[in-house]
Amino acid sequence: MRLILEKRADRSPFFAIASPFLALLLTLIAGGLIFALRGINPLEGLYVYFIEPLTQLWSVEQLIVKAAPLVLIGVGLAVCYMANVWNIGAEGQLTMGAVCGSIAPVMFPEWQDPSVLVVMLIMGMIGGALYGAIPGLLKTRFNANEILTSLMLVYVAALFLDWLVRGPWRDPQGYNFPVTKTFAGWQLLPTFGGTIHLGALFALLACAALAFVMGKTLIGFEIKVTGNAPRAGRFAGFSRNRMVMLCFLLSGGLAGLAGICEVASVVGKLQPQISPGYGFAAIIVAFLGRLNPLGVLFAGLLLALSYIGGEAAQVTLGISDKIAKVFQGILLFFILSCDTLILYRIKFEMGRVGALKAAE
Amino acid sequence: MTAPDYLLEAIDIVKVFGTLRANDGVTLQVAPGQIHALLGENGAGKSTLVKMLYGSLQPTSGTIKWMGQEVVIPNPNAARKLGIGMVFQHFSLFESLTVVENISLAMPGKFDLDALSKKVEFYSGEYGLPLNPKATVADLSVGERQRIEILRCLMQEPKLLILDEPTAVLTPQEADLLFLTLRLLASEGCSVLYISHRLEEVKRLCHWATILRHGKVVASCDPREETAASLARLMVGGDIHTVRAAKAPRDGAVRFSLKNASLEADGPFAVELKNINLEVRGGEVIAIAGVAGNGQSELFDAISGERPLSNGSAVSIDGASCGAIGVTARRRMGAAFVPEERLGHGAVPVFPLSENVVLTRHSDDASLAENGLLNRGKANSIADRVIKTYDVRMGKPDPEARSLSGGNLQKFVVGRELDRQPKVLVVNQPTWGVDAGAAATIRQALIDLARSGSAVVVISQDLDEIFELADRIAVISRGQLSEAHPAHEMTAEKIGLMMAGSHEKESPHAAHS
Repeated sequence: MRLILEKRADRSPFFAIASPFLALLLTLIAGGLIFALRGINPLEGLYVYFIEPLTQLWSVEQLIVKAAPLVLIGVGLAVCYMANVWNIGAEGQLTMGAVCGSIAPVMFPEWQDPSVLVVMLIMGMIGGALYGAIPGLLKTRFNANEILTSLMLVYVAALFLDWLVRGPWRDPQGYNFPVTKTFAGWQLLPTFGGTIHLGALFALLACAALAFVMGKTLIGFEIKVTGNAPRAGRFAGFSRNRMVMLCFLLSGGLAGLAGICEVASVVGKLQPQISPGYGFAAIIVAFLGRLNPLGVLFAGLLLALSYIGGEAAQVTLGISDKIAKVFQGILLFFILSCDTLILYRIKFEMGRVGALKAAE
Repeated sequence: MTAPDYLLEAIDIVKVFGTLRANDGVTLQVAPGQIHALLGENGAGKSTLVKMLYGSLQPTSGTIKWMGQEVVIPNPNAARKLGIGMVFQHFSLFESLTVVENISLAMPGKFDLDALSKKVEFYSGEYGLPLNPKATVADLSVGERQRIEILRCLMQEPKLLILDEPTAVLTPQEADLLFLTLRLLASEGCSVLYISHRLEEVKRLCHWATILRHGKVVASCDPREETAASLARLMVGGDIHTVRAAKAPRDGAVRFSLKNASLEADGPFAVELKNINLEVRGGEVIAIAGVAGNGQSELFDAISGERPLSNGSAVSIDGASCGAIGVTARRRMGAAFVPEERLGHGAVPVFPLSENVVLTRHSDDASLAENGLLNRGKANSIADRVIKTYDVRMGKPDPEARSLSGGNLQKFVVGRELDRQPKVLVVNQPTWGVDAGAAATIRQALIDLARSGSAVVVISQDLDEIFELADRIAVISRGQLSEAHPAHEMTAEKIGLMMAGSHEKESPHAAHS
């Protein structure tokens, strides 16, 4: 007997919608198995991981705080991936955004009025966008594979940040810890009462704006054409290189904004570690959200839950918080495999006739 | 038992794809040591036949005999075991590997590069195929790459070597070297099945020719006893030069012209355009005939501006130079283009028809994308108009482009441009793979557009179509375009000769004779 992937004549509308949910279900089953192997009751494990965080106000707030950067980055990446531009380096763009945005508060700690915050946010976006422009230029000028270049630049950015906070930008009063001065006053994002800060609003605005751009404008149309059928894009007079640059600038800028928002809120200063891998998790967000700006919003909340659930699992169940990364990996794996069902159907064939067909 | 007369016999082969009979009772007999030409236009069924002989397709009915024995060839591996080798038109080589490494990948048995290198040197000396086994493929010319493919076949000591249009990618000098090798092979008793539509070449090289047209054998003859003209007539069909008495085009102004347009080849299989000149007047249809792969797609790219030229004045629309500007700007000047490939080039397969309207019309219909905002209502109404006017049939409203049949999508893609009433329309293969009814609709629309005062250029491989449409006919061969002659002065024979390169400035045989 053979297992055959047969191409469908049309995209399956059912699986286009069902695929993320199916992936989620499979992730829960796989997660339950992992808990069981660790000797934990799977239902209890899954409850602690996925349900309990939603029952308390403070953890719901945390959920939104963590979802904000994921959504900001994820929505930019969704546009990139729609254009067939593979920016894998959002984590690096986030880092450089945080660094550039921090120039003002680190260099001028006394600068204390609303303008400093505006400067920080703008500089953050510029930093991320310019850092994203590097793989963009390498791609358009030298046809270098952007997956490799953007990913490698992540480590360059991380080391640069590390050097900054251990060297020139280290707080002289910081007891030799590798941190900058703590930001204060107008150098921090205002919050909505609790811990939810302005970043959440930016994330919402970014989703709404990009949903509009992709659905209603010629630029959005260009992005989709270039990604779907590059030859047709050239025939339509759209420049592929322009699209590559645009996508890198946009997604880099949004990642940079996410970076400075993190630094100017949750973290409150620069330090070697400023993100728990939001730039990478946002790749999952983009795919789970079906590369759709509104889908990304929900996917971002779900991925945020995986972080919070990981913390809860560590506290309540006594397992490593690396479990969050495991869940994220399993989820991406299942999303990508379930997406195969949109274009293909699985068939079982018996005997030699099947073998011949497959060979053709 | 006496030796069989024929090394290979394919008897009464039929191959059906859907409703198309690609091979319809084809019989082919190849004698040992014979260089046998398989002649025919594109779509005549040559490749289908050869694929069945090489085991990559299975005949619907008919028998294949190898050395007198009936055989079934289930796959290329089995064909190689029998002693059939094939050199494809497009090579399958790893550019970053050396010659000998590439050959080793195809060789059964132990992996021993040194021994293989010696073997490669031996064979390359023996058959006059000079090759350095240690050279990296990326550094080699197309001719040298082809030698690797041929050597790879020869090293398996085949009894029959199949070559698919081997000279299409070669310079005349390289082709002459290849012919020497093939003659040597034949003298040693190896048969060669030589697929081509270059008639002069076939006359020089081949001992026998089987000519296919529309999936049937129309003749089997000794090409050395035929003229190129008689072969051309057999190939394209004697029955088709019922030339339409062309209405003299009104003496319109020149609306579109190419002056010494040249374009470099952008890949090993691409064709270089050399000094192309063409003037098209309002009111007339000019057809550009030619065998596929002689520069048609490059010419289309140069005309449409998908690949702008360095010399701006090489292309002009209504007297204004536009050679150096892109496709959007040329559309704004009143030109419209329909490429050969409908899906993925002329239309985005997964987009609905209304969005495919935006694809080519966002630039000149300002209201479709005013201030960068899409006007979907307008796009829908254009799509509806095109669908109604050109009778595009579809299963549901505003379907994805790829769900339409070839003919209906072609009607849409052509109609989308005709709907603008362009001043200049350039169409590549307007009815490729389109059923007769749809083809007639499209051709009529093209003539009507021309008669309304526009200049129409049709690039086509279909001579029937060309005679039906054209007021003047030019022929493209190896990137060179002949002068355009009035259609009533042209015959299938003449065009056939020109397709084989009789008008080329550097004739392939000039260096030889």
